[in-house]
Amino acid sequence: MPTPTTDGNSAHDVHGGLPITRRAANRPVPSADLLRAWYRDLILIREFEIRCMQAYQDKKIGGFCHVYIGQEAVAVGCVAALKPQDPLVTAYRNHGHALARGMKARACMAEMFGRVDGCAKGKGGSMHMFDREHNLFGGHGIVGAQTPLGAGLAFATKYEDEVINNGKSSRVTLCFLGDGALNQGAFHEALNLAGLMNLPVIFVVENNGYSMGTSIHRGTTQSHDLSSKALGYGIDATVIDGMNLLEVYHGMKDVVEKCRRESRPAFVDMRCYRYKGHSMSDPRKYRSRDEEAIWEQGDPIGTFEKFILDQGTITQDQIKSLQKEVKLEVREAVEFADNSPVPPLSDLYHDVYREPWGKYSGTSEPRMYGGALNPPTFRATREGDGLI
Amino acid sequence: MSATQELEFRDAIRDAMSEEMRRDKRVMLIGEEVAEYNGAYKVSRGMLDEFGPRRVIDTPISESGFAGMAIGAAMLGLRPVVEFMSWSFSLVAADPILNNAPKMLFMSGGQFGCPIVFRGNDGAGGQLGSTHSWSVEGLFSNVPGIKIVIPSTPADAKGLMKTAIRDDDPVFFLESERMLGMKGDVPVGEDVLVKFGQALIRREGADCTLASWGRPVHFCMEAAQELAKEGISCEVIDLRTIRPLDIGCIERSVRKTSNLVIVDQSWSFGSPGSEVAAQIHQRCFDDLDNHVHRVHAEDVPAPYAYNLEQEYLPNTRKICEAVRSATYNS
Repeated sequence: MPTPTTDGNSAHDVHGGLPITRRAANRPVPSADLLRAWYRDLILIREFEIRCMQAYQDKKIGGFCHVYIGQEAVAVGCVAALKPQDPLVTAYRNHGHALARGMKARACMAEMFGRVDGCAKGKGGSMHMFDREHNLFGGHGIVGAQTPLGAGLAFATKYEDEVINNGKSSRVTLCFLGDGALNQGAFHEALNLAGLMNLPVIFVVENNGYSMGTSIHRGTTQSHDLSSKALGYGIDATVIDGMNLLEVYHGMKDVVEKCRRESRPAFVDMRCYRYKGHSMSDPRKYRSRDEEAIWEQGDPIGTFEKFILDQGTITQDQIKSLQKEVKLEVREAVEFADNSPVPPLSDLYHDVYREPWGKYSGTSEPRMYGGALNPPTFRATREGDGLI
Repeated sequence: MSATQELEFRDAIRDAMSEEMRRDKRVMLIGEEVAEYNGAYKVSRGMLDEFGPRRVIDTPISESGFAGMAIGAAMLGLRPVVEFMSWSFSLVAADPILNNAPKMLFMSGGQFGCPIVFRGNDGAGGQLGSTHSWSVEGLFSNVPGIKIVIPSTPADAKGLMKTAIRDDDPVFFLESERMLGMKGDVPVGEDVLVKFGQALIRREGADCTLASWGRPVHFCMEAAQELAKEGISCEVIDLRTIRPLDIGCIERSVRKTSNLVIVDQSWSFGSPGSEVAAQIHQRCFDDLDNHVHRVHAEDVPAPYAYNLEQEYLPNTRKICEAVRSATYNS
């Protein structure tokens, strides 16, 4: 059986990319406490997403739901390389980023359940996770839309530090995007502006090889060398093995430090694989089960677990107890979400404007407010009804 | 009455921006040609010299990129003023300005707002053809979460711009290239603001209410003057902002005149004009002597030829005809 690969040219290499420089072997191993905390984050995200899939099938979660299973090392490693005050903005596959950033599982789950205790009071949903306390600026549902926002967050931190406070730029912004966003105009405009204006923003492409059902080779030029996209805008690029947490951490540490020091943008081709479909309704007919099986052998959690066991950082018993703890935490999050009230209907007209003119109840006709609470019931159209 | 100075429309906007930038370092101006070129229409003349390139920022022609970038900056607490050389060009930035700016506060459950001003030229009249002649209020007034300002005089332009910059919500500020050279008396003073949602009665009258905003307000004033010669007395209301909409002012006027003609330079289908008409029919059903009449841009793409463009837009002749019809004088 071929080994899973993110850097070769085997039949199952979905990225077809150039080789990755490996860094972790030459670096000091992070402290045992840190390694254990990261392990806990990895299994928390995995467990959370498994329970999301169940809750979705139970119709507790509505709309679209994109799970992060397989990519956990990317969120955990990237966030570990940041400071808490560094802004983070991402796309719609964002539960992992929110949890890695420190959002409580219960707030994240309640949001997906559309409940009032969700991180956005149930108004954002699965694709739109926001957390001011943890500098998470969303969760954005339109592919690529978050890339100019990321440039703008970097613009603002630099402006605040340098223009308002006459100091030195101190923060970097991390902007996640999927490989599908590489083909959107907004991405290219954001890179051009970031390069032109020397903005301290890191564009991390979570390159899982597929934009929905389209393999990167079918949708993106230069898919074997995404670095060329960045180089075209004068931005340095780094390729990182996103299936290996230590590689993500050390690779990102370098990128973050350089970005912070030079106050310049950076681009990362983060090679990874999503084990599940694009969303919950995806039967994955565009790829083989063999391909998935091979990638699952290189599971980022299994790889990291083996590493910390080999290191003697953790024992089998400690792993078991952590797994139990995390299962309990996520189960509690689901119960919390299930018991959280639905938002009051009066919430519908809150947070539309910060400065409404009086009590905001819609600009068009204030009386519609009462009417909206009692929508008429419509009879389903029957055959022969015609289009009336 | 406080002291005034005579200013061109463009300079009134510039003064508002400059005063607010002196007052608050979080305010900056960004857009195409705003800095070194001094503004494609010279609105930002002199601002680069005063504030430097860190606060008056030239961008490449990249509306989607710099609009989105400014929204990201506003989420973090800056208060950007973004110039679109023309609102027609904002259409390539539709996703950031319609999907991000007005929805951020709501989607984040109140955590992140978007205190930003987008401003630029709106409307036809300069023979720029179909692509450059948008009256975007027709499209954008449909979207909750935005405030829409359309001033008709230099004084309002300054006072409303200052309010827009201090406002915590996204504001779309619609100027008219046709009016930038118009002169008018503008009150002096850093804190002379014009509140949103307060229409102004520009001319009092008894027989018919004319409600408009932006450039067509001046056509309404001309029409009112002409109709006065025929013995028809018109009340002209300048709405000044579309969102919020001061429907109460129109309602009170219609109760007095019993007739309403709305003049709106966007297309009629699903427009601010149709919204005002619907609301007035609902509120003043028993007060109206006739159905509400509307004068809009004709329902065709904006033409290039001078005569066709003049016929395409609301103009004094069409307004007079509508008022005569509404008041049974035709």
